[in-house]
Amino acid sequence: MKKDKIIKIGLIVAIYILVQALINVGIIDSYLELNIIIIGINIILAVGLNLITGFTGQFSLGHAAFMSIGAYTSAVFTAKLGLPFILAIFASGVIAALAGILIGIPTLRLKGDYLAIATLGFGEIIRILALNTDYIGGAIGFNDIPKYTNWTWVYIMTVITVVVISRFNRSYHGRACAGIKEDEIAAEFMGVNTTYYKVLAFAIGSFFAGVAGSLYTNYFYFIKPDSFGFMKSIDILVIVVFGGMGSIPGSILGAIALSVISTFLQNIPELRMVIYSLILYGIMVYRPMGLMGKSEFKFKLKFKPELKKKGGRLNVSVNNK
Amino acid sequence: MEQIIQQLINGISLGSIYALIALGYTMVYGIINLINFAHGDIYMVGAYVGYALTTFFGLGFLPSLLLAMLTCSILGIIIEKVAYKPIRNSTRISALITAISVSLFLQYTMMYFVSPQTRTFPNVLKGSRITFLNGNVMLDTKNIYILAITVLLMVGLQYIVHKTKIGKSMRAASLDREAAQLMGVDVDKTISFTFAIGSALAGAAGVLVGVYYNTINPLMGTVPGLKAFVAAVLGGIGIIPGAMFGGFFLGMVETMVSAYGGSIIKDAVAFGILILVLLVKPNGLLGKTIKEKV
Repeated sequence: MKKDKIIKIGLIVAIYILVQALINVGIIDSYLELNIIIIGINIILAVGLNLITGFTGQFSLGHAAFMSIGAYTSAVFTAKLGLPFILAIFASGVIAALAGILIGIPTLRLKGDYLAIATLGFGEIIRILALNTDYIGGAIGFNDIPKYTNWTWVYIMTVITVVVISRFNRSYHGRACAGIKEDEIAAEFMGVNTTYYKVLAFAIGSFFAGVAGSLYTNYFYFIKPDSFGFMKSIDILVIVVFGGMGSIPGSILGAIALSVISTFLQNIPELRMVIYSLILYGIMVYRPMGLMGKSEFKFKLKFKPELKKKGGRLNVSVNNK
Repeated sequence: MEQIIQQLINGISLGSIYALIALGYTMVYGIINLINFAHGDIYMVGAYVGYALTTFFGLGFLPSLLLAMLTCSILGIIIEKVAYKPIRNSTRISALITAISVSLFLQYTMMYFVSPQTRTFPNVLKGSRITFLNGNVMLDTKNIYILAITVLLMVGLQYIVHKTKIGKSMRAASLDREAAQLMGVDVDKTISFTFAIGSALAGAAGVLVGVYYNTINPLMGTVPGLKAFVAAVLGGIGIIPGAMFGGFFLGMVETMVSAYGGSIIKDAVAFGILILVLLVKPNGLLGKTIKEKV
């Protein structure tokens, strides 16, 4: 076990040094670096949403809203108040998590599609509020945000996200969340405080969405509320489902795969979304369990198709007629 | 006072359109438990078919309305057969993403063919304006047409659902699909028929919107689609009178909010009401409470 850990840490450091060296040498040009940073941000978002949707089984269509809260917090902290970036990242996460708790406590009583619609509604409300707040730029957007994000920040934050969420999932609390996903009523009978764990998962997922928003803001100089609309939430959800619900390596692979696909599709702008929609459709019909099924970080990855088993389904029992 | 009456008139027209779209959502949800995100885009296709028929073929209002409804119902059946049938037994989340992919496909294929620009819908309903209450309240004949057509379609829908055999199978399939199948109901055919009717109503709404607001574009379906879904949930999803009520209710609230200075937040108000209703009465205002079975 100890040997495994050393190998893992070695791998993590090696990847960092390799990419940083390639950036310094110039093999990775600024365009490629942009894509790597987008992939990193998408990994953070997807792993966070995976905790909510994949592990705890709560259907959220408003993840981009938490990203926007983090993005605006970070923009205010760095551009308006001139505070250091690390503080901005942390504050973005905390404020997004608080928003997650505030939104989660009332809505997480809902189940399945109803929860999805309520989170969608909250996402839209937050977007419209941002559109109408002049302090943060309103519809024109927030300009002149200092550029702090680089490969080092994105990599550190991605590693932290992946490590924290995979540790969480293997902990006592993670098992409680998995229990809620499998059967909420049974979990409640077993003494799991379902509301507490649902809100906890929501808060952690929102925290990392806020962090991702902060990284995003301080890379692109400019943000506007419409960057964090309904479609962004769907994009994140697609990564999670494409990678495999409840699989962290899946989310990472999914984020990489979908970012690569969308980069290639940028060459044919007029047909980009048509092809994207066909790819989505193909994935959902031919591999609905996602790339990795439910597999976890192991040195031997096992592929377990979970399609027909009950455990593989989202826990939606509103319509138990 | 005049202001309120004027806004009520506008609200009823907007509400009629929401209600027509919401009916399709609610019927499809009732029968296969799927949020058909592509429904708003069927409405967009309806508007474009109406536009093409009136502009390029010079047809009148009623024939184009009927042809647009027919086209949309065929489109609805095709979508159901091609996209939703293969995923009928898969997880809720993959069904949802499939619906979104269909929606994107319709939007951007349409955009590819008709270009993203906004087009002006020809003024096919040359109506007169009636003013009353000292000329402060204006009633366009378009408002009357929209309401009349909506009510007519709703009465027709109620007739189909409650008095015909296919309506009986629709009700049976939405109550319990497997039991209905065991009783000899052809569930596949019933689902196709549900999609056909729902899409026809959305197509009608599309043409009416074109006539009423005079502008159409390929992405026009997204926001009314979401709003109509909100309307369906407000009234209680799966319940046909609920969708009608929800549509009119949302239309009124929206026009009232924008009339009294809140036009920039009217979308937020719609979603705020939705969340409030979901929290207080998750099965909708007209819905029955369903006990959770263990």
